[in-house]
Amino acid sequence: MALLDVRDLSVRFGGVIALDGVSFSVEAGQVVAVIGPNGAGKTTLFNVVTRVYRPAGGSVHLDGQSVLGISPHQVIKRGLARTFQNVALFRSMTVLENVLVGNHSRTHTTFLGAAVPTPGASRMESEARKRAMEVLEFVGLAGRAAEPVASLPFGTQKKVELARALASKPRLLLLDEPAGGISHEEVGGVAALLRRIHSELDVTVLLVEHNMGFVMGLSDHVVVLDFGRKIAEGTPDQIQRNPAVIEAYLGAA
Amino acid sequence: MQDFLQQVVSGIATGGIFASLALALVLIYNAMGLVNFAQGEMAMLATFTALSLIQRGVDYWIALPVTLVLAFVGGVVIQRVVIRPVERAPVLTLVIVTLGLATLINGLAGFLFGYVPRSFPSPFSVQTVSILGAFASYQDLGVIVVSAIVLVLMYVLLQRTPIGLAMRAAAHQPEASRLLGIRVSWMLALGWGLASAVGAVSGIMAAPALLLEPNMMQTVIIYAFAAAVLGGIESPLGAVLGGLIVGVTVNLAGAYVPGVGGDLQLAVAFAIIIAVLVLKPNGLMGRGSVRRA
Repeated sequence: MALLDVRDLSVRFGGVIALDGVSFSVEAGQVVAVIGPNGAGKTTLFNVVTRVYRPAGGSVHLDGQSVLGISPHQVIKRGLARTFQNVALFRSMTVLENVLVGNHSRTHTTFLGAAVPTPGASRMESEARKRAMEVLEFVGLAGRAAEPVASLPFGTQKKVELARALASKPRLLLLDEPAGGISHEEVGGVAALLRRIHSELDVTVLLVEHNMGFVMGLSDHVVVLDFGRKIAEGTPDQIQRNPAVIEAYLGAA
Repeated sequence: MQDFLQQVVSGIATGGIFASLALALVLIYNAMGLVNFAQGEMAMLATFTALSLIQRGVDYWIALPVTLVLAFVGGVVIQRVVIRPVERAPVLTLVIVTLGLATLINGLAGFLFGYVPRSFPSPFSVQTVSILGAFASYQDLGVIVVSAIVLVLMYVLLQRTPIGLAMRAAAHQPEASRLLGIRVSWMLALGWGLASAVGAVSGIMAAPALLLEPNMMQTVIIYAFAAAVLGGIESPLGAVLGGLIVGVTVNLAGAYVPGVGGDLQLAVAFAIIIAVLVLKPNGLMGRGSVRRA
């Protein structure tokens, strides 16, 4: 059974059709990329899967269970974490605090538990800190844990966001343009990091990306959207030779 | 000099009262970008609750925590019942809702308890003690200690516990927080509960000097606005600092600036609000907002 199964998904904003009957699936252990020109519906797709938008029709199943019936704060408990196109970090907090928030779904603190410190609560808290530091170590930011995120360069902030998503120990990681907005030199580092996340942490990855070189070198499977419809899917090789894809990107000859 | 020190100490005590209410305002501002105009009235109602308990023979030091718990629950209920349905409405709608809430609570208190000012007991004697040559009343020192304890507890809760982290996360990035598994709406309710409890402390500390009646907090909240604006409306630490500065300034102005006296002290608070907004709109501890051109 596929880890993520998207069937006939449609999303409308008023009269605008953002997604029109899109179907594809992500097998456990794969790296799957969704590509397409601007406005093709890639981020919309992410927002439906993480329950930010409500679809007009279709279904989304994670491990055979529908995610459309659960509320957004429960999505992460199903093992699904994401990053955002423009980075949605908590700007007033430090790097470590940001990652600790990512850990929230794995700690079971109640308001009373926080107000009245108990040995159990403080043990859980120190475990959470330890885990957060391990994740920061993994992405290479352990030395910057105490720095406020607002002062970091954009490429580093994206790594912090990645660490925050990893802190929840997801099975499926949704990455919205992981190589977007960062310098050409950093792109290779991000690709290497994603490979390590995939192989060492055993996380399945679904990503949206514009950078073709990045996508083709990293993915097992590519889904191409254009104007809300799926126009092709296949291996990177097949996609690069597909006439419909070439037309969508370069226009009709 | 001795007289000056005494004015400063009693200014710090008054400042502690302003700081608590200002902190309540900042908590809600941070959670939803909204100034809660009903904060003072909520504190007043909590103070009446404390008085009712004490008059029924409950010891002051039991009545105080019980009242704070009730104020907390009241704050959560208000958020769930009154604020939540309009959570996504424009800010102006929310402002009008809190103004309506203020009027409603004020009228309710008048209906239940009447408008005759009542004396409120204080566990601290009005006798004075000499510190470094200056005389401070036990009343002032007690207010300073109680306010300090409350403010430190709030700081620890918000900055040092996982629930505080989740509350701050929910306030800054509701959408991302939700996807990280935080129940954002409940965090807002917790924020209202905490604000309500902290505000109640300021009401209970203010009541012995001001006498308790439904309009008691209406001047206090203006000082609290001044304190919050001075400190930077987004900064809890700034609210406390602002509260102390406003308390001391107003006290000193009343004592030494000719013509201010007790009657024009409120004008000093307004002058502070206007001066801060003109000269340093982000306040002492506030972060400037930068907009891309």
